[in-house]
Amino acid sequence: MFAYLIRRLLFFVPIVVGVMLLTFCLFFLVQSPDAMARRVLGPKATPKAVENWLHNRGYDKPLLINRDPEKPWHDSLFISQMGRLATLNLGNSDVSGRPLAEVFRQGALPSLLLTVPAFFAGIALSVGLALYLVFVRNAAADFLASLICVALMSVPVMVYVIFGQFLVAQVFNYFPAFGFQLQGWSTAKFLLLPVALMIVSGLGADVRLVRALFLEELGQDYIRTARAKGVSSAVILLRHVLKNGLINLITLVVASLPFLIMGSLLLENFFGIPGLGNVLFTAIQAPDFAVVQASVFLGSLLYLGGLLLTDLCYAWADPRIRLH
Amino acid sequence: MLTVHSLGIDFISGSNRTHAVKGISFSIAPGETLALVGESGSGKSVTGLALTRLLQEPPAVYSSGEILFEGSDVLKMSPRELRRLRGGKIAYVFQEPSTSLNPVFTVRSQIAEALHLHRPEVRDIDGEVARCLDMVGIVDPSKRMHDYPHQLSGGMQQRVMIAMALACHPKLLVADEPTTALDVTVQAQILDQMRLIKQQIKMAMLLITHNFGIIGGIADRVAVMFRGAIVEHGATAEVLHNPQHPYTKALIGCIPQLGQHRRRLTTIDYSTLG
Amino acid sequence: MTSFLQIWLPNLAVLTVLLVCVFLAKVVARSDRWTVARRRLQRDKVGQLAAFVCLIYLLVGALETVVVPTQTGSRTLLQMLCSGVPQEKGYAAPMASTALSISSPNPLISKHLLGTDALGRDTLVQTLRATRAALWIGGLTSLVYIPLGVLLGILAAYYRGWVDDLVQYFYSTIAAVPEILMLVAILMVLGKGLGTMAIALGITGWVGMARLIRGEALRQMERPYVAAAKAMGQSHWNIITKHLLPNVMHLVVIKFVLGFSGLVLAEAVLSYLGVGAPVGTASWGAIVDASRSELSREPLVWWNLASASFALFLLVLCLNVLGDSLRRAFDPKSTS
Repeated sequence: MFAYLIRRLLFFVPIVVGVMLLTFCLFFLVQSPDAMARRVLGPKATPKAVENWLHNRGYDKPLLINRDPEKPWHDSLFISQMGRLATLNLGNSDVSGRPLAEVFRQGALPSLLLTVPAFFAGIALSVGLALYLVFVRNAAADFLASLICVALMSVPVMVYVIFGQFLVAQVFNYFPAFGFQLQGWSTAKFLLLPVALMIVSGLGADVRLVRALFLEELGQDYIRTARAKGVSSAVILLRHVLKNGLINLITLVVASLPFLIMGSLLLENFFGIPGLGNVLFTAIQAPDFAVVQASVFLGSLLYLGGLLLTDLCYAWADPRIRLH
Repeated sequence: MLTVHSLGIDFISGSNRTHAVKGISFSIAPGETLALVGESGSGKSVTGLALTRLLQEPPAVYSSGEILFEGSDVLKMSPRELRRLRGGKIAYVFQEPSTSLNPVFTVRSQIAEALHLHRPEVRDIDGEVARCLDMVGIVDPSKRMHDYPHQLSGGMQQRVMIAMALACHPKLLVADEPTTALDVTVQAQILDQMRLIKQQIKMAMLLITHNFGIIGGIADRVAVMFRGAIVEHGATAEVLHNPQHPYTKALIGCIPQLGQHRRRLTTIDYSTLG
Repeated sequence: MTSFLQIWLPNLAVLTVLLVCVFLAKVVARSDRWTVARRRLQRDKVGQLAAFVCLIYLLVGALETVVVPTQTGSRTLLQMLCSGVPQEKGYAAPMASTALSISSPNPLISKHLLGTDALGRDTLVQTLRATRAALWIGGLTSLVYIPLGVLLGILAAYYRGWVDDLVQYFYSTIAAVPEILMLVAILMVLGKGLGTMAIALGITGWVGMARLIRGEALRQMERPYVAAAKAMGQSHWNIITKHLLPNVMHLVVIKFVLGFSGLVLAEAVLSYLGVGAPVGTASWGAIVDASRSELSREPLVWWNLASASFALFLLVLCLNVLGDSLRRAFDPKSTS
C-alpha cells in the first residue's frame, strides 16, 4: 500500500510540472510579460512604471532558462516560480497585490456553498430516481423517463439560467435572481436558484448513467442466484444491486469531489457569485498571470488528488481489489 | 412430489416465436434423482428454471401445461408463494459458481440471507453456516465462511453454492450443469460429495447435464431431451444399456471409452433424427 | 484570390464530407457487427426519426455553406432561397403586421413567422443560418479530435510500455489544465473564429476519445485473434488497421454522434461568454447572448431566445437519441 502511494506520487510530479509548463507557455505565447504589464497598467503607463512593475514581480527575468553567462541557468521566471510553488507559497496577485492564499480562501466558500449542496442532492436524487425506474421496469415508464432525461440533457445551461432568472425575477419574485451576500442563514436565498438549476441541468445525464449501472447489475448471475433463493425484488435492489452498483458509482463521485471547490464558472458568472470559478475567468481576461498560475497549480493538485482518492476508495469498497 | 404436465415454453423476440420446450411431461418422487440429459439448446436449462418461474417473462411465455409441486400449480402461484417456494422448497445450483456468488458479500452473509428467509427460527447463524459448509466437504468452515467468493477456488465456490442451496432443507435440488465449469478431477469430487449428501438427507434432485458420463452412480431415472421434447425416459441402467431412441443411442455412442483405439471421435448425424 | 478560396473552399469541404461518408460506408459494410447493427437500426423507428431530423439540419447547414458567386459578391444558397424575406427596421412580433413599438407602430413590409430581431432581420432565417456555425464547429472539431484520439489510443494499447506511458502522460496533463483556460488561451493565440475554435476544442477533446479507444483496444488485445495474427507474422500496421481498427470503429461512431451534441452546446456557451465566434457570425449562442437583455424589455421580446434555444435543443436532442440508438444497435448483449 505504501509502495503504491509512493509510486503514484512519483507519477504525479511530472504531470504537475507538465501542467505548469503548458500553462506558462499558453499564457506567454499570447503576450509577453511586457505586453501584459501594459494591459494591466493601462495605455498611459510610462516605460519606467512598466519596468518597475515587471521587476517587482520578477517578470524581468528570462522566461524559461537563463542564458546570461554571468547568471546561473536556473535564474529564470519559470524555475523560480516553480520553486516558490513547490513550497506551497502561492504568491500575490499581479493586479491587486493581495496574497493569493487569502483570495482563494475567500472565494472558496461561495463556490462550496454552491457546489456541495447541488452535488449531494443531485446524487441522492439520481440514485433514488434510477432505483425507482429499475424497480418499476415498466416499458412505458422507462421510455418516458428516458425521453425526459435526454430532453433535460439537451437544453443548454444558459437557457436554464435565463429562463430561471426570468421566472424568479418577473413571475415569482420570492427570492433574488442574481447577486450574492454572505448573511449567515439568509445567504441561502441567493443560492436557491443556482443550486436548483445546477441539479436540474445535471439530472438527465446522471439518472441515465446510474440507471444503466443498475441495469447492468441486474443482468448479473448472482442476481439470478438471489432470486432463486427467494429474495424479494425490493431487497434485491436495495441490497445486491445497490451495493455492487455504488462501487462503480464511487469512481465517478469521488473523482469529482476535489473539483467542488473550484465552483462552476458558468453559474458563478451568470449569478454574480464571487467564487473561485469566477476568479479564474476574470484573471484570464485581466490578465493576472499570478492568479492563473496559482489556480492551475491548485487545480491540477486537486485533479490528481481526485485520481488517488478514487483508487483508494475503490480498493476500500470492492473486496476483489487490493492495491500493490 | 413434482409433476410436470405438457409444459410448453416459448420465447418471443420481436416478431419471432421460438418453441424452446414443446409439451414435455415428467415427474419426480420424493428422494428420487432424475437426470435431464440433452445438448445445448435442447431446452433442459429452461425447464429447470421454469420450475419456480425464474425465467424472465418477457421474453419467456408459458404457453401450455402445468407444474404441480406438492399439489399446487407453480404457474398459478402468487409472487409471495413463489418466494417461499424458491430456496425453501426448491433450491438451485448453477453452472458458473464464480459469477453466481455475489462478489461483495462474504460466504457467511450469503448463506445467512437464505437462512433468514426460510429458517427464521435458527438462532446460531454462525454454527448453522459452519455445519452446512462442513456437509459439503469444506475444510475449516468457521474460517472459510468469512472469505469472499473470489478468494476461493472454483471447486470450493461450487461447494458453497451447494451448501447455500441445502441450508434451507429443500425438498428438491435443481442442479443445472453443476460440474461443467470445473476441472475434471474437481468434477469427480463434487459428484462424489453430491452422492454422499443424497444418501444422508434423502433429498430429491433434478440433475441437468449434457454429459451422460456423470449420471452413472447418482441418477435413479433419466429423461433425454432433444429440441424441446423428451424423446426417451426410464431407469438409468435401462436407458444406458438399452437405449431405444436413435438420438439417445447416438448420444451414448459419443462417450469415449477408456481402452478404445479410435482415430476419430463419434459425432451425431442430425439429418437422420428429423 | 482570397475571395476565390472563400467561395470554393466551403463547397469543396461539403463535397469531401460526402465522399468520406461513402468511403466509410463501403469499408464497414463487410463487417459482421455492422450488418447486425444495421438490421437492428432498421427496426428502430425512434432512432430513424432522430436521424432524419439530423439530416435535415445537415441539409440546412449545407445550404448555408455552399457559396454561389453572383454579380454583387457571393451569397450562400440559403440566402438566395430566403431572398424573398424582407428586412424590417426593428423588432416585430411573430405574425404581427405592425412594428413592435408603443410609440410608433409603423406597418411592416410583410408578416414574419417568428418575428424579427433588433435589426429587423427575420428570426427564422437567422436561426436557420446559424445552423452552419453549429455544424461547422461539430464537424471541424471532430476532424481534429477523432484521428488524434483514435491514433494515440490504439498506439497506446498496442505497444503498451513507454508508448502507453507517454500517451497517458499527455492526456493526464491536458486533462488537469482547466478547460476554459486552454480554450481561451488557444483562441487568443490563434485569433477568434470558427476554425480556431475547432482546433481549440479538438485539442481539449481528444482526451476522451483516446481514453475510450485505448480501453476498448486493450480489451481487444486480450482476444485470441490478435495473438493468432501475431503468431502468423502479421505486420504491426496490418494488425492495427485490419483487426483492431474495425473492432473499435463502432465506438468512434457513437462517440462522434454524442460528442457532436456536446460540441454544439459548447459553441453556444463559448459564444455566450464572449470567447466564441467573432461578432457578426450567425450562431445560436450569439442569438441567445443578444436575447438576454430582451427579456426585460417592455413589451417582452421572447421569440429570438425561443427560436435559437429550440433549434439548439432539437439538434442536441436528436443527436443524443441517435447516439443511444447506435449504442443499442452495436451492443452484443441486447436481444433481437
